[in-house]
Amino acid sequence: MKGSEHLILSAAEKLQRKILGLLGRSLLFAVTSVAALSVLAILFFIARDAWPFFRDKGVAAFFFSTAWYPAHQPPEFGAAAIFVGSLLVTLTAVALAVPPGVLAAICMSDILPFSVRQVLKPVVEMLAAIPSVVYGFFALTVLAPFLQDSGKWLPGGFEISSGVNALNASVILGVMALPTIVSVSEDALQAAGRELREGSYALGATRAETLVKVVLPAAVSGVFSAVLLGIMRAMGETMVVWMASGNAAQIPKPWYNLLQPVRTLTATIAGDMGEADQMTGSAHYHVLFAMGLSLLVISFLCNLAGEWIVTRQRKRLRGG
Amino acid sequence: MRVSLIVAGLVAGCAVAQAQNKLVLDGSTTVGPIAKAFAESYMRQNPGVNITVSESGSGNGAKALLNGTCDIANLSRDLKDTEKKAMEEKGLKPVAHVVAYDALPVIVHPSNKVKGLTIEQIRGIFTGTIKNWKEVGGVDQAIVVISRDTNSGTFESFKELVLGKDAKIIDSAEYTGSNGAVRQRVQMTKGAISYAGLGFVDKTVKALEINGVAPRAETVLNKTYPISRSLFMFTNGEPAADSLAAKFIGLSLTDKGREIIEEIGFVPVPAKK
Repeated sequence: MKGSEHLILSAAEKLQRKILGLLGRSLLFAVTSVAALSVLAILFFIARDAWPFFRDKGVAAFFFSTAWYPAHQPPEFGAAAIFVGSLLVTLTAVALAVPPGVLAAICMSDILPFSVRQVLKPVVEMLAAIPSVVYGFFALTVLAPFLQDSGKWLPGGFEISSGVNALNASVILGVMALPTIVSVSEDALQAAGRELREGSYALGATRAETLVKVVLPAAVSGVFSAVLLGIMRAMGETMVVWMASGNAAQIPKPWYNLLQPVRTLTATIAGDMGEADQMTGSAHYHVLFAMGLSLLVISFLCNLAGEWIVTRQRKRLRGG
Repeated sequence: MRVSLIVAGLVAGCAVAQAQNKLVLDGSTTVGPIAKAFAESYMRQNPGVNITVSESGSGNGAKALLNGTCDIANLSRDLKDTEKKAMEEKGLKPVAHVVAYDALPVIVHPSNKVKGLTIEQIRGIFTGTIKNWKEVGGVDQAIVVISRDTNSGTFESFKELVLGKDAKIIDSAEYTGSNGAVRQRVQMTKGAISYAGLGFVDKTVKALEINGVAPRAETVLNKTYPISRSLFMFTNGEPAADSLAAKFIGLSLTDKGREIIEEIGFVPVPAKK
């Protein structure tokens, strides 16, 4: 600054710049805060309406009782069976979607020619563009009758009396989670980079060895994020489970019997919101918020766990 | 939509002093289609009249009448004692007008051999003491119980008319969100049993005889079909004979009104002889 007098700012100019800088920064900060605050606001409003339920009815019955009779006098709001339903449907969907999803991603990124991949990836991603109500319609009119008729072909030839059940919802949710899993894992595998693969080949590794021992470990945190996103997709989906799961508030007997109808948290909120009484603030209204809060907390914990695993993985890979 | 129509009504109301030309209805989704068809027909014949129909459920209809936010409350059931009491405490005099009758046929898959059931048997099936069709004279097949969702007026009516206050529906019962979905599920499922509004029952499902009586217009009117109900419109006090509300409700007793009600699938109130 020395020597060039016009560069020296007067006190007024200094103040002006300071204020402008402060304004700019606070504006950016405000914009960024909106995103964070909206999440907090949602959490706050859901918690505010869930609170009266826990206050009046307690926590134990909600989480541990399976008696779900919201329209009975007096009503009972045991949501244990509904939690089990959500868990069962989500885990089955993920179990069905992850192996083919990750294999398809590997196939696209490392095995198929680039030109084929360029066509295939958008096609798989198209699956994500189909509205969920269309999936639900498919589940109800095509998959359900198919499941009912296919019981006799299965070993043991037992009868599937209702095609609208946990398996139906899981299969459809699995298909819906597939594009997320394929696309995100494929991106992660691509990001592992050409240098890594060429280095491996240069050391004399075969293509299979490179894939299994070098590329996959390098991309594992990305693949894990893909699986996590798939879980979120399956757990949060509403329309399909409302149409395809049967909505029976029971824990299947035995619990892994996927051929029985189940009820999920999301479907319960969607199905019961219509006439759950807001004006009188009935327990039936607040219990739906309690379920929404539970869903929110579960996905928050999932996210947190995912974040933790991914950072740990990255550290390990860097040799840290 | 609703708000704008009300505003339009208010503006029109100022222009034509004293002329009563707006009517607000709220309530049952079952009665809603009747009210909407009536409104359409009435407004076509009387231009300048604004009638708005909201469908927020019977319970909310009663509440709207209590709070004075509607002129007529549509209910697919009678007022509950608590609702009546709340209105009387507020100085309102709810008057019931029966506009039509509805029945809830119990429906099964067309291939089902069972022709009819008693109310007790249906209660047994829905509460889980009867689990196989062979127990009620059918083939050896598990019964799949399908119900409307617990928020619908149809569910409440069925529960009250068939199951009684203390019965709990078996927890393996499936729930579906509309009359159409119920019919669709029963068409596809061999062991299914469910119930739906009279207007939703066609040849693709089989309506059972209850206590030996088939659900038909005659059996609903002579009250031999046990699962039937009246559909109401409630006003605050008896409306004056020349008022819009009286004329609107009176439609249900005209030939045109009966035709509309039959078309929607309900049973009209017969002419007095």
